[in-house]
Formats: sequence, structure tokens, C-alpha cells
Amino acid sequence: MRSRALATTLEITVPVLLLVLWGLLSAGSDTYYFPPLTDILRTFMDTWVFERVRSDVLPSLTRLALGYGIACSVAVAAGLALGLSTPLRRATDPIVQFLRAIPPPALLPFGILVLGVGNAMKIFIIAFVCLWPVLLNTIDGVAGVDPTLRETARVYEIGPVDRVLRVTLPAAAPQIFAGMRTALSLALILMVISEMVASTNGIGYFVLQAQRSFAIPEMWSGILLLGILGYVLNALFLLVERRVLRWHRGSRASALS
Amino acid sequence: MLPWLGIAFMIGLGELLTRTEMISSRHFPPPSEMFAALADELTTAEFWTAVGNTMQGWALGLAIACAIAIPVGIVIGSSSLLYRSVRAVIEFLRPIPSVALIPLAVLIWGSGLESKVFLAAFAATWPLLMQTLYGVQDVDPVATDTARSFGFGRGQRLLHVTLPSAVPYIATGVRISAAVALILAVTAELVIGSPGLGREINIARQSEAVDIMYALIAVTGLLGWGVNIVFARVERRVLHWHPSQRVEVAK
Repeated sequence: MRSRALATTLEITVPVLLLVLWGLLSAGSDTYYFPPLTDILRTFMDTWVFERVRSDVLPSLTRLALGYGIACSVAVAAGLALGLSTPLRRATDPIVQFLRAIPPPALLPFGILVLGVGNAMKIFIIAFVCLWPVLLNTIDGVAGVDPTLRETARVYEIGPVDRVLRVTLPAAAPQIFAGMRTALSLALILMVISEMVASTNGIGYFVLQAQRSFAIPEMWSGILLLGILGYVLNALFLLVERRVLRWHRGSRASALS
Repeated sequence: MLPWLGIAFMIGLGELLTRTEMISSRHFPPPSEMFAALADELTTAEFWTAVGNTMQGWALGLAIACAIAIPVGIVIGSSSLLYRSVRAVIEFLRPIPSVALIPLAVLIWGSGLESKVFLAAFAATWPLLMQTLYGVQDVDPVATDTARSFGFGRGQRLLHVTLPSAVPYIATGVRISAAVALILAVTAELVIGSPGLGREINIARQSEAVDIMYALIAVTGLLGWGVNIVFARVERRVLHWHPSQRVEVAK
């Protein structure tokens, strides 16, 4: 028990110590690129609370949410169709594999050419990239549903719609969620990239502008904000996942004990 | 048979839609013209230099990521105290989008190879570190206890028990990181203009050479696909003894 208390103490104190260390080491810093932590924090408060929330943070988050939402809905629907039909899956497999392998930023020029530099292009890029992890996981999840489950459903003459909604989808849900979690961090990355290349607002745009005008503390504050955003989004996702998949964790635990 | 039919169908559909101007050929040239542009590109020296530059950034970035993530993961993973104390730090650093560091990299290293390698290495380190951590911690306790009761020391246990059982996780991590490093190498070329395929794509777009642009995009896709296949092959060869690779045969 003592070692457990020690571990918990360490878990809290080490990050705090590191932060303090950063603050101390950078305190008298006159290195241009690494300003004192206190300067960064002050700029952070000045810039983001709540000065630029409407002009930069909200547009960024809207694009993120739209792109991610579109990707998840399309991917689950398409993945369901492909997962249920083996010939369809085999016929589309090379195309899916190829499109998935294209490094997403390489699609930016295509997006700009076809959709212009507006919001539509950014949402498209985010959606296109988030599509693949969710799609592949849905296909695998749906195709890998326990045959006993499927056959039991058929024996009890459960209709096709109910079968999909009540048996296939829930059984594939844990894997679909795994895909969605991967896609979430991709969405954030693509949001930043698309804003860095062609934009007039957004967090990515702000960070790049700060660098170009040599506003170093502003640039650091943007990087800090992106880190916090990534952390918070991930935590929120885990919260939702734990809720939605509670039955799954429960069934696993009881099977093990 | 079916996969080839799928490919042929997509190419045919693209050809039909663009030839009939259902999709403006100014935005999306017919596939046949793309292939012609690709064939032209394959004969130029610039193209191969660009591929070489991209792959150089990729390889260096991935190598650095491996050199950092695997040892660090093994050290942290084999001590639960150490793991608990740095867990929060890792969980905070990991989701930072590596692209957020592009401005910093440009400031410090300019727009050359160093920036590209730094970004690729930074992004590729995290998935590999997480995989190594999981792998080292997921060792079967029975195996560890058995080794301990046979008098294996700490170092021997690490070498003969922990590492072999962590290798599959690490291999998967390397495969994921390889893809991530390639993505970041191309991103760096596109956004900050380091020489390579990404920059060529951008140049093609600016000079409205649409067919070349698509040909290059397709090349980056093929590169990513090829990297994945090569690593999956190597993984299967190296891990032929591991159950995860034998499942296919058993079925």
C-alpha cells in the first residue's frame, strides 16, 4: 500500500516539478526562441482568454466538428455496407487502400483547386482524412461479428433492419470507437495544416502569422493552446466512449472474473 | 479477380465523367492523361531527386524516432514507479499536433532538411513510445515469475522474457510510425517548402499543371502504400514464431 501511495504522489508531483523547472530555467532567459514561461503564460492569458475565442478558436472548432462529424457518419454507413458484403469489400479494397495511403497534406492542393480556399475545402480535407481509420475499423468490426451472434439472430427470425441495428452495430461498436479515437487526433492535425496553408483566421493561421512576424511568445501560446485542445478533446472522447460502451466493459469484466 | 474489376471500374468511371465534362477537366484531368503525365515524370531526374529527398527525410526521422522511443519505452515501461510519475507528462505531450511545431522548427532550423527530420521524428516518436510501453507492460506475469524463480537476474529477464514478448507491439509501432513519418515529411515540404515531393506538388498546382499535380499525389499514395507493405512483410518474417502471425495459418 505504501508503494501505491508513493506512486500516486509521484504521478502528481513530477509533472508539477517539471513545469516549475521549465519556469525556473527559462526565467532569466534572453534566448530569443525560448522566452520565459511566465511571458508565455501572460501572453496566453492576453491572447486567448477570451480575446480571440470568437475570431479564431470558434471557426477552427466549427470546421473540426463538421469535418469529423461528416467523416464518422459516412464512414460508419459505408463501412456497414462493405462489411456486410464480401464481394463489395474485395472489389473496393485496392481503392480504399490506395486512397488511405495518400499523405493527407498532399490533398491540400487538390482541395484548393476544386473547392477554393474557403471553409468547404478545410472541412473536406478534415473529413477525407478522418474517413479512413473509421471506415477500416467499421469494416473489420462488422465483418468480424461473432458468427454465433449472427446465426442466433437469424434463427430467431430477427428482421434485417433490427439485425443491423441491434446485433451488428453494437457488436462492432468497440472497434468503431477505436477508429474514431484515431480519427479525432487526425482531425486536429488537419485542422491546423489546412489553416496554415490557406486561411484568414483560425488557430493554425494565428500560430503561423505569429512566427512570420517574430512574435515568439504569441507563437508559443498558440502551441500551448493546441496541446491543451488535443488533451481536452481526447479526454472528452474517452468520457463518451466509457459511457456508450459501458455494457461492453461490463460484459468483458464478468467474463474474466 | 474482383479487386482488379474494382480498379478498372474506378478508372473507367473517372475517364467517362471527365471526357463528358461532367467533372470539369480543368480541375480533374482524365485518368489516361494522368498516367501519361506520370510516365513523363518517371523519366525526369528532378522527379527522382524529389522522391529521394522525401525518402531521406522520412528515413532519418523514423530512425531518430526509433532510437529515442524504443529505449525510453523499455526503461519507463519496466518500472511501474517511473511509469506512474511520467504518465501525465506523456499524456499531455502526446496529443500535441506535431504540425503545431512547424513554426518553431522553421525559426530554429529554417526550411531545409533539419526541420523536416525534426517534425517527422517528433510525430513518429509518440505512437512508437506508446506501443513499446504497452508491450513491455503486457508481459505474461507467469513467464516473469518463472524466470525469477529460476534465478534470472533483472538484466537477463529483460533480455530473455520482456523484450521478446514486447517485440510484436514494437513492430506494430514501427509500422504506424513509418506511415506517420512519411505524412509529416510531405507536410513539411508542402507547408515550409523543403525540397521533395510535397514541394513539387505545390509548384505543379501554382503553375496549373493539373495532370502533373495528380500524378505526384498518386505517387505519394503509392509510396505510403509501399512503405506499409514492406514493413508488414518484414514484420511477418521477423515474427514468424509469434502466435499473432500464425493465426492466419491456423484458420
